[in-house]
Amino acid sequence: MIEIEHLTLGIRGTPILDDVSLRIEQGEIFGLVGESGSGKSMTALSVMGLLPRGTTINGAARLDDVDLLTLREHDLRQIRGNDIGMIFQEPMTALNPVQTIGDQVAETLLIHDAADRAEARRIARDRLDRVGLSHIELDRYPHELSGGQRQRVCIAAAIALHPRLLIADEPTTALDVTTQAQILDLLKGIVAEENMALLLITHDLAVVSDMADRIAVMQNGMIVEQGETAQVLRDQVHPYTSALFAASAHQPDRTEPAQSDAILSLRDVHRHYPGPRQGFIRGDPVRAVDGVSFDLQRGESLGLVGESGCGKSTLTRAILGLDPVTSGQIILNGAEISPAMPRARRAQMQVVFQDPYGSFNPRWRVDRIIAEPYFLLDAPPHGIDRDDAISAALEAVRLSPGDALKYPHEFSGGQRQRIAIARALITRPDLLVLDEAVSALDVSVRAQILDLLADLQTEFGLSYLFISHDLTVVRAITDRVLVMQAGRIVEQGETQAMFTAPQHPYTQSLLAAAPRLPDDIGERHDALV
Amino acid sequence: MNRLPFTLVVGAIITAFFVGTALLSLVWTPHDITELEISQRLQPASATYWLGTDQFGRDMVSMLMEGSRTSIAVALIAVGLGIVVGVPLGLAAAAARGSLLDEVIMRGNDLIFAFPSLVIAILITAVYGPSATNAIVAIGIFNIPVFARVARGGALPIWTLDYILAARTAGKSRARISAEHVLPNIANLLIVQATIQFSLGILAEAALSYVNLGAQPPTSSIGKMLAESQTMIYSNPSLAVLPGLAIVIMVLGLNLMGDGLRDALDPRLRRARG
Repeated sequence: MIEIEHLTLGIRGTPILDDVSLRIEQGEIFGLVGESGSGKSMTALSVMGLLPRGTTINGAARLDDVDLLTLREHDLRQIRGNDIGMIFQEPMTALNPVQTIGDQVAETLLIHDAADRAEARRIARDRLDRVGLSHIELDRYPHELSGGQRQRVCIAAAIALHPRLLIADEPTTALDVTTQAQILDLLKGIVAEENMALLLITHDLAVVSDMADRIAVMQNGMIVEQGETAQVLRDQVHPYTSALFAASAHQPDRTEPAQSDAILSLRDVHRHYPGPRQGFIRGDPVRAVDGVSFDLQRGESLGLVGESGCGKSTLTRAILGLDPVTSGQIILNGAEISPAMPRARRAQMQVVFQDPYGSFNPRWRVDRIIAEPYFLLDAPPHGIDRDDAISAALEAVRLSPGDALKYPHEFSGGQRQRIAIARALITRPDLLVLDEAVSALDVSVRAQILDLLADLQTEFGLSYLFISHDLTVVRAITDRVLVMQAGRIVEQGETQAMFTAPQHPYTQSLLAAAPRLPDDIGERHDALV
Repeated sequence: MNRLPFTLVVGAIITAFFVGTALLSLVWTPHDITELEISQRLQPASATYWLGTDQFGRDMVSMLMEGSRTSIAVALIAVGLGIVVGVPLGLAAAAARGSLLDEVIMRGNDLIFAFPSLVIAILITAVYGPSATNAIVAIGIFNIPVFARVARGGALPIWTLDYILAARTAGKSRARISAEHVLPNIANLLIVQATIQFSLGILAEAALSYVNLGAQPPTSSIGKMLAESQTMIYSNPSLAVLPGLAIVIMVLGLNLMGDGLRDALDPRLRRARG
């Protein structure tokens, strides 16, 4: 139905795509897998005719017999929304915050003159019911919905006109695992029901392995492998495919056993926020953290897992001594943590954040960025000692000392995360809080960072508190895992035990929802076909 | 290297011309404007008097040079006052978002915004006596809330970024974070706003001088030139047209420069241009 032939594309002389050919049939789910910068989004945008200015393009993208690349803007507008719908990664920004969700779903219908206003609203209601939002009114605004609900609204808008091809660009990357599983299920159901084709773009091989009929693996603007899903997963003809495969199941070597000596202890920690205002009265306080207690042993890696809104971010800020606790105690190395604690105590603990792009002041050079925690020391090194310490920190994270003179934008996401780790190590802390530190990274980069963290733990005798929404990420690097739900720890235990025999229903649902690559390809083959 | 926006280049050239001649007037003008030569009054443009003379025989070129110096100095200091007071207030409000301090600062801003600025400026100069200093204060006060708002608006999204959290885990105070991390990242917003406020300041100064509440004789000012020439607008229109044109071109130049700076400094537009 849709066929891309020998698509070659460059932007201002930089080659982006090189001889990309693929074919998607009616009713088929096609997975396009690759890491960031591999050109998978550009492939989709060229089908939609939404390429940036200054693009040179060769080849063809045929919808039936029409070559989309030769169409003019006016004709392309007839096709977008009508024949091809698209949903994006970030449901927070893909919706207009000042329009109701009903209007946004109806918009597609009105633009294409497919219905009058009343009819469009009726269809919008119907589509929203279809994506599982029958309990949500049409006049709600995007900010009143959760991330998963917003993505459902995007899907409702994309399928409003029953397009024949739906393009989903990383539709679940910004979502929690259980929500991700629901959205993927929904997409699968819609594709079967409407007999449409789905082009599913993702960096996560595990997401497509369960869903796609066929997959193509992209690297550096080229499709390096393409075929039936089961066959690609079994054969892994191209080394890049097997590298992707190995990376997503990567387990760093860790040796250092934990000592039984608590470095961080939480005792019945509560953090409540004032409830929402209802007229002049405030509602009941929100118990973001509701009585959390645990110990983190010296040299241990402890995972803290929970989905958005479970209170783990609030807890993290309290542990870092940025926000006060309502009641309870947080003890680090025998001394209590609070926003007013002395700087020397702060220096014993550092943090690495999720977003490799927002973690650094873009106007600061790397040496200044890395040396910022020196502010915590009474006598920070100066001159050559300071330069040496910065070089040592950069070398510890496997970057070169010369990188100290560059600016953050000159580095890739994985390199930036190394810089963030170097900054966290400069004061030689005992405890490193890793707040979704690898969640934003591609699988192969993630594997490298996990290896680095394992090495650094041995090298510097670090203890890790690994906070994540994704159980599979913490599996590789932690000794023990805490599962958090609605402000409470609902289950804790050894990582391996937790994965093989989860006790709490919430843990079980988290594990069940996580997309997984088949463990044994030969065995899985039959199931997939 | 990106090509600079056309508006920025044109605006900068015009602004540089006016600032240059104003500075030049400190050391040299074609004629001395403190000496009145009635015999040379109302001369047309000539080799001696490039743009003619006014009703007191003063050289128009020299008058315009000194007049724009007054306008530029008053507007510049008034904008400086707005930045020096307004930006720290805005940064403090953003750093203490939602607190009582934030409320006090921002509601205080609203209070100043609620007054018609030029009328209050006239009131201030009328009460405390007309002088260049009072004109600066009167114009400067109304620049404070503008810069406080721009600074707060620019700072709020930056406070949500991870590098601010990292700085807080490095034990830095909110004031230090505002100075080290926030201010450099909103500097472009402030620069653009400053050029716009600068042109508004020139207009305000001209208006105050026009009603004779600005700089006092013997200091020349473009607004005063307009006021003095209005009785002769039919017999000698060039006396009014020349200072009027000077203001229009100066303000136009500053606005063009402001627009151009916004284009050049806005990272989104910069990215779009590659």
